[in-house]
Amino acid sequence: MNLTLRIWRQKNGQAPGQFGTWEAKDVSPDMSFLEMLETVNEGLIERGQEPIVFDSDCHEGICGSCSLVINGVPHGGQHGTATCQLYMRHFKDGQTITIEPWRARAFPILKDLAANRSALDRIIQAGGFISVNTGGAPDGNTLPVSKEIADMAMDASACIGCGACVAVCKNASAMLFVAAKVSHLGLLPQGKAEKDRRVLHMVRQMDAEGFGNCTVTGSCEAVCPKEISLNFIARMNRDYGIALLKNR
Amino acid sequence: MIAQEIGTGANMTLDAHIPSGPLAGKWDKHRFEMKLVSPANKRKFEVVVVGTGLAGASAAASLAELGYRVKCFCFQDSPRRAHSIAAQGGINAAKNYPSDGDSVYRLFYDTLKGGDFRSREANVYRLAQVSANIIDQCVAQGVPFAREYGGLLTNRSFGGAQVSRTFYARGQTGQQLLLGAYQALCRQIAGGTVKMFPRMEMLDLVVIEGQAKGIVARNLVSGEITSHPAEAVVLATGGYANVFYLSTNAKGCNVTATWRAHKKGALFANPCFTQIHPTCIPVAGEHQSKLTLMSESLRNDGRVWVPKRPEDHGKAPGAIAEADRDYFLERKYPSFGNLAPRDISSRAAKEVCDSGRGVGPGGRGVYLDLGDAIGRLGEQVIQERYGNLFDMYEKITGENAYKAPMRIYPAAHYVMGGLWVDYNMMSNLPGLFVIGEANFSDHGANRLGASALMQGLADGYFILPYTIGNYFASVKPARTSASHPEFKKAEQEANALTARLLSVKGKRSAASLHRQLGRLLWDKCGMTRNEAGLKEALKRIPELRAEFWNNVSVPGQGGELNQALEYAGRVADFMEFAELLCLDALDRRESCGCHFREEFQTPDGEALRDDQHFAYVAAWQRQGPDRPPVMHPEPLVYEEAHMSTRSYK
Repeated sequence: MNLTLRIWRQKNGQAPGQFGTWEAKDVSPDMSFLEMLETVNEGLIERGQEPIVFDSDCHEGICGSCSLVINGVPHGGQHGTATCQLYMRHFKDGQTITIEPWRARAFPILKDLAANRSALDRIIQAGGFISVNTGGAPDGNTLPVSKEIADMAMDASACIGCGACVAVCKNASAMLFVAAKVSHLGLLPQGKAEKDRRVLHMVRQMDAEGFGNCTVTGSCEAVCPKEISLNFIARMNRDYGIALLKNR
Repeated sequence: MIAQEIGTGANMTLDAHIPSGPLAGKWDKHRFEMKLVSPANKRKFEVVVVGTGLAGASAAASLAELGYRVKCFCFQDSPRRAHSIAAQGGINAAKNYPSDGDSVYRLFYDTLKGGDFRSREANVYRLAQVSANIIDQCVAQGVPFAREYGGLLTNRSFGGAQVSRTFYARGQTGQQLLLGAYQALCRQIAGGTVKMFPRMEMLDLVVIEGQAKGIVARNLVSGEITSHPAEAVVLATGGYANVFYLSTNAKGCNVTATWRAHKKGALFANPCFTQIHPTCIPVAGEHQSKLTLMSESLRNDGRVWVPKRPEDHGKAPGAIAEADRDYFLERKYPSFGNLAPRDISSRAAKEVCDSGRGVGPGGRGVYLDLGDAIGRLGEQVIQERYGNLFDMYEKITGENAYKAPMRIYPAAHYVMGGLWVDYNMMSNLPGLFVIGEANFSDHGANRLGASALMQGLADGYFILPYTIGNYFASVKPARTSASHPEFKKAEQEANALTARLLSVKGKRSAASLHRQLGRLLWDKCGMTRNEAGLKEALKRIPELRAEFWNNVSVPGQGGELNQALEYAGRVADFMEFAELLCLDALDRRESCGCHFREEFQTPDGEALRDDQHFAYVAAWQRQGPDRPPVMHPEPLVYEEAHMSTRSYK
């Protein structure tokens, strides 16, 4: 099939950006979306033109590098699917596809479709861990964790840190990302000791990075490639409230 | 001094520094004998860690916890994205929770045997010893391993093992372990003990008076090339399976850091030991730029088959009667069946496809059928165990594997070869440490499933933090400044390479040249190899390299974010490295593990090992661009284990 691509091009973080148009010809339905873009890029490179910059790495939906807003939807709108696992069989011959970067104040654009998501790392650095040094840990079975709790912690911990939740949110809120980590560690007995300070510090950092507030529209849950549940935001709000009260 | 021996080339002798005494006591004895750095002195030492996968992140965090000053680099935009994250199946540990006969010794022996007796006995034993600590450490960090209803950790069996020793977190074990290490790293970054440099790529190792003294790296956003001196450099930069172009590795995985260290004098060991994983989604077409693994945990419940008759290969799987199916792994290897190790399963799949019985497009595929298990356990149980894998299969192929069997085919996945290191994880260059997949040490000629995660974390959490202290305390490496002429020289060379890549202004993308190289290697140096094919590859690689330097197109500038430039630099290194890979494969005139030379096989087609002539590690030393490298053998001596013939029948 043949497609028309409207793609955001921006030289660097300071320069203004604009849409450009490219044709993608003879696209196979078995191509992934990124393979389609790579093919376009190969053509550009062969003609000595600068390829379209976008982040990607594992192409298995787990590293969280890929970050494209496709026709207005982060990751392209296939349920529970990251851009790298989106296949061209979901598009139609002759279609025009608009491709944009993540857009949020906390994610400054570096070039074309690549944005700087270091703000998410800084939120984890603010408290998204359990403070144990290497060595001296007790036997893994000394602390039983019920299957239900372990499963729920795993549901939260499945987050790949891609930032689609921020990109889709009208407030550019990172609540789903932060709630996933707060819940993963807060649910487990190992993480209980730091539960209060963790949630307070991570939320404070989230605000400092310029992410917006949550108005519970649920668009984050809808686009999350790992289908992280909105319930974790409710859980974090409760944890945050309790921590505030206890630490007044 | 080792540094002087390098100058003498062929006369160099390799000392693995394996401690004396009984196997089981070596590591304890060594830990006691190693010198310590006092807490107050630790902060005087700066360490550069390159790579933030399981090995790099765990090492950087652990070193910082001890009090060393750490500078940590990764080319991804965040340390959480290193390719360890994609490991699906699990991590082995000799916990023996299920009481099914496991022990440190059994894990050691399985790993040694799985590696076809081409790994170092003492290293493998230590790996098995520390395996149990890894699980405890990860649990303490909050890794949500799978649990029983009673709250205890659960295990499963995995390819190549007859006991259940694999711990897992759904099909995302690598992700969860890496997040544990990444979070430990983040804690140190917040504490100011680790300075993190994301989107930075190491371009050179700086060696001064024979010692590794730092790196030169390029900021991938600004294009700036800068020097980073340190008292020790740790490379945790993963493997080179992308030399085959199509592999299960992430697109960014490359050989650049280890290859450029090799060009500065570090020996490259066993480059021909490359693992082809049996259970990947088959290639769909020319456009394909990456292959996807289906965790081999599926082989626990799945049965692998092809039609018995070539004329049935185009039929729908459901239309082929039970009696007309060849469950070839069960037939050939009755005691291990579908759980036969990776090298053996891969070659068996190639063999049935070569006989014209392969299924799917191009006849390069075999069925992995969970139909029996779905019938026995119900779809819901299978969904709980493998749901994410079935989803992934459907996303990629558009087919529902609950209704019809999956199609799989082997693909390049992991490399056992890497930079040579001694028992202390230090290369022949003092001060250069190499951990995780980037080194060669623990898996011999073939790695068992769920052992890569174990090795990465063993190296980073429990081995390197001890051995690096011994280097500091005994060698007392001096401080070096970034203004040292060797750093300036390395910066100039890195800038010159960038300028050279940009100046070719040819007609071909680096990807098209990489694809051509990969196809050649897959063909001549893939699942099976022979002398004529390897010689042909060795003739064609220099031609392809010349084509690269005459005709590559790299648009844009050096002083900006330029992905075409980054990639071209990595492909340039693959073009050089590929030659060493084929040379090693040609030189090793035996079949062992993943290295299958067609000339050396038993009458029934199994690998024919030659312990008399090839029980050694082949450590290659570069002699410059115009002279062939010199191979230094490190003999493999087995004090405890008996070098048996590997049989899974």
